[in-house]
Amino acid sequence: MPKPLPIVPYLKIPDEGDPYLEGHRCLDCRAVFLGERSVCANCSARDRLEAVRLSNHGELYVYSITHRSFPGVETPYVGAIVDLEGGGTVKGNLIHIDPDPEKIPLGLPVELTYQIAPRKDAEGNEYLMYYFQPRT
Amino acid sequence: MSENVYIIGTDMIRFGRYPEKSVPRLGADAALAALDDAGVGLRDMQALYCGNLLQAGAMVGQRVLQEIGQTGIPVVNTANACATGATALREGWTAIRAGLYDLVLVVGVEQMGKAGLLGGGGSKGISTEGLLGSGTMPAIFAEAGMEHARKYGTTFEQFAKVSVKNHHHSTRNPKSMYQKETPLEDVMGAEMISYPNTKLMCSVNVDGAAAAVLASESKARELGLGRAVKISASILTSDPYTARDLTMPDINTCTRLAAKQAYEMAGVGPNDLDLVELHDCFATAEILHYENLGLCADGEAGKLIDERQTYYDGRIPVNVSGGLLSKGHPLGATGVANVYEVATHLRGEAGERQVAGAKVGLTHVIGLGSACAIHILERVAV
Repeated sequence: MPKPLPIVPYLKIPDEGDPYLEGHRCLDCRAVFLGERSVCANCSARDRLEAVRLSNHGELYVYSITHRSFPGVETPYVGAIVDLEGGGTVKGNLIHIDPDPEKIPLGLPVELTYQIAPRKDAEGNEYLMYYFQPRT
Repeated sequence: MSENVYIIGTDMIRFGRYPEKSVPRLGADAALAALDDAGVGLRDMQALYCGNLLQAGAMVGQRVLQEIGQTGIPVVNTANACATGATALREGWTAIRAGLYDLVLVVGVEQMGKAGLLGGGGSKGISTEGLLGSGTMPAIFAEAGMEHARKYGTTFEQFAKVSVKNHHHSTRNPKSMYQKETPLEDVMGAEMISYPNTKLMCSVNVDGAAAAVLASESKARELGLGRAVKISASILTSDPYTARDLTMPDINTCTRLAAKQAYEMAGVGPNDLDLVELHDCFATAEILHYENLGLCADGEAGKLIDERQTYYDGRIPVNVSGGLLSKGHPLGATGVANVYEVATHLRGEAGERQVAGAKVGLTHVIGLGSACAIHILERVAV
């Protein structure tokens, strides 16, 4: 079974150990970005960014509940904006929760879970993706 | 010394669906109407600034001239998401301020067809839509609204009231796509697209075009200032870095920056405004912009709509045209159409929906990604 591909470039799949999300932190202003970059969008510092392994824990900042999407996309789903502990803001589906605004508290502690995506590309490749779920 | 810039003519076609017409034809219809309104001809125009987004690579401005007169003047085509039309207007303003021209034509035009949800564009690999949240515009603006709810407790009902108001306003605007009342229960009970935005809280995909003729002060005086409207501020910003904005677009910071600069340039404040046409691409967005534009204090936007202060007869009328929610949102035309709306009130020519005694108005658009354009217009004291 070949190794799955990452659904987004900032999801890293090491040969050994668990997958994780990678960010880059500016050594000058401490801003944290998803993925790779060499210049800081906040302070314009060049070559002052270091790769950081982002936390699997975070807090639900805000969400939407999408009931109408593009053809073929299963609905409804909760799209979550999550602030990770130690920096970095990530968007993803929040699962294991009712898609009901009464039941989704803002500030909810969440954790990342990594799973094989339910879609393959045209060549049949599998992708690894992440979801958020309420922290247990 | 650079000269002030005036709008001496402006018009728009009724927003709607025109599948039988081409994009340049729609733009030409608006251009000719604006020229007629100004009492000048295409041959008086020294440059054309044309905003269009969905055919941004297809020389729409030149094709407008192929419809109405190929005079060889410079044409600049602009694309800046939903700030496309306002960016074209500002380019025209900039050129006159720079002393290059005395008379320029600005056109904003778009043919949307059934463009759907927009956003969520493809990249390599697999689509992330519905797996890593949503990239659709209704969802992005739902999340922007939820940030306001998180800070201030703003409710679904308060967001929905914006849509009730703008649909109500549009019943008095013959150029609006829809002219139909939508009571609160209809808005809240409509199909949920992305909570908290129902279908009636999403802007309408329509075809449309709007145009304006801009003149330097000396040329405007020569032609007669009678119906001219002064552009007392023209501001364009991009999004300054904020901590979440590469994941969750920030429509607030660029608007606040633009508003501050616009009020300074015009020498007016939010309390001097008689009407505002702001970017209600979704009902949630209008609530945010009440505060971003300083129409009320931070945290009071929900109260502003509860108290009906932004109705046409309220303290600060917002989107008396019906806004993007009911008049419609043809991307590249929107920023010029809201200038048409405010200018028409300042001229006292808005008919049934006229804001009485309007002297100063503000237009605002946001192109996600982001661009914010604000223009402040003033009636000329004759």
